[in-house]
Amino acid sequence: MELAEIITRVNTAVPGAIVPTEDDAGFIQVEPKHWLKVAQLLKDDPELRFDSLMCITGVDEGPEGRLWAAYNLHSMELLHKLEVRIFVNRKNGSIPSVANLWRTADWHEREAYDLIGIKFKGHPDFRRILLPYDWEGHPLRKDFETPDYYRGMPVPKDKRGWE
Amino acid sequence: MDLSLDHRFEKDNILVGKLDDLINWARSNSQWYFQFGLACCAIEMIAAAQPRHDLERFGAMPRASPRQSDVILVSGTVTLTMATRVKRLYYQMADPKYIISMGSCANSGGPYWEHGYHVLKGVDLIIPVDVYVPGCPPRPEALIEGLLELRKKIREETPLRKVS
Ligand code: SF4
Repeated sequence: MELAEIITRVNTAVPGAIVPTEDDAGFIQVEPKHWLKVAQLLKDDPELRFDSLMCITGVDEGPEGRLWAAYNLHSMELLHKLEVRIFVNRKNGSIPSVANLWRTADWHEREAYDLIGIKFKGHPDFRRILLPYDWEGHPLRKDFETPDYYRGMPVPKDKRGWE
Repeated sequence: MDLSLDHRFEKDNILVGKLDDLINWARSNSQWYFQFGLACCAIEMIAAAQPRHDLERFGAMPRASPRQSDVILVSGTVTLTMATRVKRLYYQMADPKYIISMGSCANSGGPYWEHGYHVLKGVDLIIPVDVYVPGCPPRPEALIEGLLELRKKIREETPLRKVS
C-alpha cells in the first residue's frame, strides 16, 4: 500500500490522529494521545498488517526544540513499510508504550529513554537499559553535561600538562 | 664463582643460585593472564594466543578467573560500568600481580578520549599499570613485546628484600 492510501485509511478509522505534513515527507506524524489506537489499527487492519516493528529511533532537536521518536514498521505479509514520527515536548511529554503490541518496542523504548530521555507511559518494565541505574541524565541530549566524576572515577580527560 | 641459576656445580643435579633469581625465574616464566577482552583489541589478544603466535611458548596462558592468574591483560575499551568490575577483580587477585594495558583505549581512552561520556580515560586511573602496549589495535607481535618487557621487569625485582 502506498503512503497516501495508508494516510487515508488511518484518517477514516481514527479521525484527527495524523498531523498533516508536506506531501513528500515520506512519514506520518501522529499525535501522542492517538498513538495507541493508531498502532492497534496499523497492526490489526487486514489491509495494513504491520506485524514487525523494525526500529525505534529517539531524536533530540536541541535545547529549543522537541524530542521525537521514529517508528519504522514493516509488514512481513504485505511487504510494505511505514515510518511514524511522534513529537513530544522536552519537559514533560510522554508517548504511550506499544511494548505490548510489538515485543521489539520493549527494549527499544528503554533505549530511547536511557539515552534521550523520552518517557513511555505504560511500559511493563521501564528502567535504563545500557547505562548503570545510578547514572544521572540522558547522555545523547544536546544539552547533556558530562559529569566530573562517576563513583570516584574521573570522567572527562584530564588535559593538564599536555595541552 | 658464578652463582647464576644455570651454572652447574660439581655434581650434575645441583644448582647454586640466589633465591631471588629462582623466584623471579619462576614468576617471569609463568605469566598466566587474566583476560579482559573488552572490545576490538580482544581479537588481537586472541590471535596472539592462537597457534601462529602462540603465547603459551612464553608460559602465558589465558585464565578466566582472578584467583588463578598473575597478570591482568586489559585489552579493549574500559567503560565506566566495566571499570568498577575491573577494579573489584583486581583486588581479588593474589599477589604478585601485574597489569598490561593493551591498546589506545586502555592506555588513554583511545578514540573516546574527548567525547566518550561512558569511557574511562585510561585504565591506569583505577589500577597500577606495569606495561603499556600502544596501538589501535596493537599487532600480536606488539603484545608479545609487551609480555617480554614485563618479563624483564619481573626479573629485576628483589622479592626477598625490602625495596629501599
Ligand atoms: S584501542 Fe582501538 S582496537 Fe583497541 S579496543 Fe580501542 S578502538 Fe578497539
